[in-house]
Amino acid sequence: MRIELQKRPAVSPLFSMLSPLLALALTLIFGAIMFALLGKDPVAAMHAFFIEPLLETWSLHELAIKAAPLILMGVGLAVCYRSNNWNIGAEGQFTIGAITGSYTPIVFYDWHSPLVLPLMLVMGALGGALFGAIPALLKAHFNTNEILTSLMLVYIAQLFLDWLIRGAWRDPKGFNFPVSRDFAPEAILPAIWEESGRAHWAFVFALIAAVLCWFMMRYTLKGFEITVLGQSERAGRFAGFSSKRMVWFGFLFSGALAGLAGICEVSGSINHLQPAISPGYGFTAIIVAFLGRLNPLGIVASGLVLGLTYLGGEAAQLSIGVSDKVTRVFQGLLLFFVLSCDTLIYYKVRVTWARLRGGAA
Amino acid sequence: MNIWEAILLTVITASTPLVIAALGELVTERSGVLNLGVEGMMIIGAVAAFVGAQLSGSPYVGILCGIAGGAVSSQLFAFLTLTLVANQVATGLALTLLGLGVSGMIGEGYVSVPGVRLPEIAIPVLSDVPVIGAVLFRQDLIFYLSIVLLLGVNWFLFRSRAGLKLRAIGDSHTSAHALGIHVIRTRYLAVMFGGACAGLAGAQLSLVYTPQWVENMSAGRGWITLALVVFASWRPWRVFAGGYLFGAVTILQLHAQALGLGIPSQYLSMLPYAATIVVLIIISHNRRTTMINTPASLGKAFVPER
Repeated sequence: MRIELQKRPAVSPLFSMLSPLLALALTLIFGAIMFALLGKDPVAAMHAFFIEPLLETWSLHELAIKAAPLILMGVGLAVCYRSNNWNIGAEGQFTIGAITGSYTPIVFYDWHSPLVLPLMLVMGALGGALFGAIPALLKAHFNTNEILTSLMLVYIAQLFLDWLIRGAWRDPKGFNFPVSRDFAPEAILPAIWEESGRAHWAFVFALIAAVLCWFMMRYTLKGFEITVLGQSERAGRFAGFSSKRMVWFGFLFSGALAGLAGICEVSGSINHLQPAISPGYGFTAIIVAFLGRLNPLGIVASGLVLGLTYLGGEAAQLSIGVSDKVTRVFQGLLLFFVLSCDTLIYYKVRVTWARLRGGAA
Repeated sequence: MNIWEAILLTVITASTPLVIAALGELVTERSGVLNLGVEGMMIIGAVAAFVGAQLSGSPYVGILCGIAGGAVSSQLFAFLTLTLVANQVATGLALTLLGLGVSGMIGEGYVSVPGVRLPEIAIPVLSDVPVIGAVLFRQDLIFYLSIVLLLGVNWFLFRSRAGLKLRAIGDSHTSAHALGIHVIRTRYLAVMFGGACAGLAGAQLSLVYTPQWVENMSAGRGWITLALVVFASWRPWRVFAGGYLFGAVTILQLHAQALGLGIPSQYLSMLPYAATIVVLIIISHNRRTTMINTPASLGKAFVPER
């Protein structure tokens, strides 16, 4: 058996819509098989994983909390990837954003003012952008591979956070536990409306960011510049666009959104700093960006789907006793299937059997 | 054994997985395929080796399981990027994420289980030579394999016909295809070799370096490996030297932590990652030399015309 590809004359609009759904369906089928192999009832497991979290109001709030950082970062990464810049260090920019954003409520603990929260958000976004500026500077001026540098910086950011929390920023009344002081009420991102349970404003920020990015990509010159430079640097140069400046734009933009996601998560959900503030959101956001086909509105949907895998993992651990590590497996599988289904958009796939061709390979 | 011998031994242990995985990735990249999934294949190799050694009681079975784990997972990447021409960067990331997830799940029951350590093999006569005998000739099998791999890869790439073809594919898959060389088939094999090496490196981690299973125990070594290949400008001997340089940095920071120089341990732990960035800057800032050394069709998709 062999698989032959034939380039389509134009991108298939049908498969552009279908491929993410197909990928999702394949992931579910594989997931069911995996549960069956683990000796669990696949129907019950899939129900616990993907349906149960959607049935209760409180878990819908949790979904919004999990999806918010994924959408915020996914949208930024999508813009960056569209311009053919590979920022895979969103996890690090998330961490640094959380740190710079927390500077005000931790260092100026006794300063009570309605300005605290806006200042935190701005400083979080700035911190993320500045940290994203490092791989941008290295790529634009030293020609360094941005994939490797942005990833190395993730480890550095996490160690830096660890040092802060175990040293200068440790809660003096925390019995030596590595946590910072709990934020004062002014420094906590409020719930969206009073009865909205725990779901806080980060989800709203995420939706706004997605709509603005969609508008930028579709209707503005900047969006056109991003697309052109991403597809052909040479063509972009003829149009007078600078690929160096695009490197800066891509990284600062995605870094700022990742930083904002970081401070929102710390301020809205955790309410203090601790060594581990993210269950790999920055890496999952890469999957979110691809599942959303790098389209900001698609990313809202894919952010919710990936958010659900986090909730489902926790739920399945409680109700059917599978490890919550299943979440990461699901996420990895999903990205694999998304990438393979994307082939259908650009190519006609034909499966042939070599025997029928008389063995002429 | 004196302190210097002890330090040299630990440097070798820290460097060996980097050298092995980087040699594998070097062959993959020389064929024009950029597999960013080294971290994923390495951690799969580590967990496969650990579980294999636990179940069979033999670390040698563990090594085979590690190699197989890396090779099999690499074929997933190969199918996506070579047959379905998916984006190599994204697929490599997918392999890393999947590898971390799958290894965490497989290894969950093995956390804090005492591991099986790969025994040392003393080479007769040579192991009795003072100083170098104890350091170089009383090592485990994987160290000896790393030396064999270095010589083998070097010979294969630059002295054998198949190696010449592989490099031709990496520099221009279209021309190589026109000459009748099997581009896709060779690349599948090159990716598999890279996967097997990453798996072997993983096996070294869970059988020699720290004989136990810890989640995410590869700790970015797969990514450092990718930087090493760039650093070495795709040459086996330089990969070897670079691997030992990084191994030395890792060990030095550990010793510095033990000495307590007043530098916070977190900053010392940053050193290998920071060193990677610095090395990348030094090696890449000259655009022309980078361009000459990089395999010309690295990371580019190939769809044969029919």
